[in-house]
Amino acid sequence: MKAHLTRRYMFSASHRLHSDKLSAEENRATYGKCNNPYGHGHNYTVEITVSGPVDEQTGMVCNLVDLDGFVRSEILERYDHQNLNLLREFAKEVPTTENLCIAIYEIVTRGFRHAHLEKVRIEETMMNSFEYRGEE
Amino acid sequence: MVYLTRKTEFSASHFYHNPEFTPEENQRVFGKCNNPNGHGHNYTLEVTVKGAVDPKSGFVVDLKQLKDVMGREVLDAFDHRFLNKEVPEFLTKIPTTENLAIAIWQRLAPKLNAAQLHRVRVYETPDLFVDFYGENFHAKDFHGGA
Ligand SMILES: [Zn+2]
Repeated sequence: MKAHLTRRYMFSASHRLHSDKLSAEENRATYGKCNNPYGHGHNYTVEITVSGPVDEQTGMVCNLVDLDGFVRSEILERYDHQNLNLLREFAKEVPTTENLCIAIYEIVTRGFRHAHLEKVRIEETMMNSFEYRGEE
Repeated sequence: MVYLTRKTEFSASHFYHNPEFTPEENQRVFGKCNNPNGHGHNYTLEVTVKGAVDPKSGFVVDLKQLKDVMGREVLDAFDHRFLNKEVPEFLTKIPTTENLAIAIWQRLAPKLNAAQLHRVRVYETPDLFVDFYGENFHAKDFHGGA
């Protein structure tokens, strides 16, 4: 029997939305306040959804200790209290929450072996959320 | 097709233990959840049904009927219970959130006449929930129930 398990995590980080491919005016027009030169921060909530058969022996899709351990060392350690613009994955990409979703999806889908990754959903604020399920 | 979700809450205690494991394995796999005296959660249950909108009533399902079925089949059995000792499914199955979602699916699916069960979502805490869509569901693998 296949079930989907979702776990929510939080981290805080800063970013500035600015694209080298746009002029100064275009950046301001596109990103508005998010283009302010010193950046700003968010409390991000990340939902990781994994799926798989419910193990007969444990009653679990995957052990939460494994999922929490992986997310702590590979996601939270990497992003919490950091400036996203300074990270390798955002050297060329704008650290929008869309791109953050994709970056986190790639880390989990490559590294987490205990269950299948279904999707990554990020709430940037209580008003905005983003989801990525990989390329269909 | 329209989807309708009804939410409810129940509080229950449980612990995780597999009699086929050694005490050390139980401790390693289940950690704090292995404490045989149990611990509790405030669970939130979301039941989503789907169906065509009835042209006469404008409803997918009679909400009163859905609420009654959830009350009778789930809340009466689970709320303020020690799941391992008082709910038949969990005399043999470990009452993980996964198995709770499957047990609730099994209890509700046959009792909903008009609408079709789409999803059972069980929140163990606000940071952890399980969705069951009836995928690969085999009633014979899941004894107990009403
Ligand atoms: Zn528990």
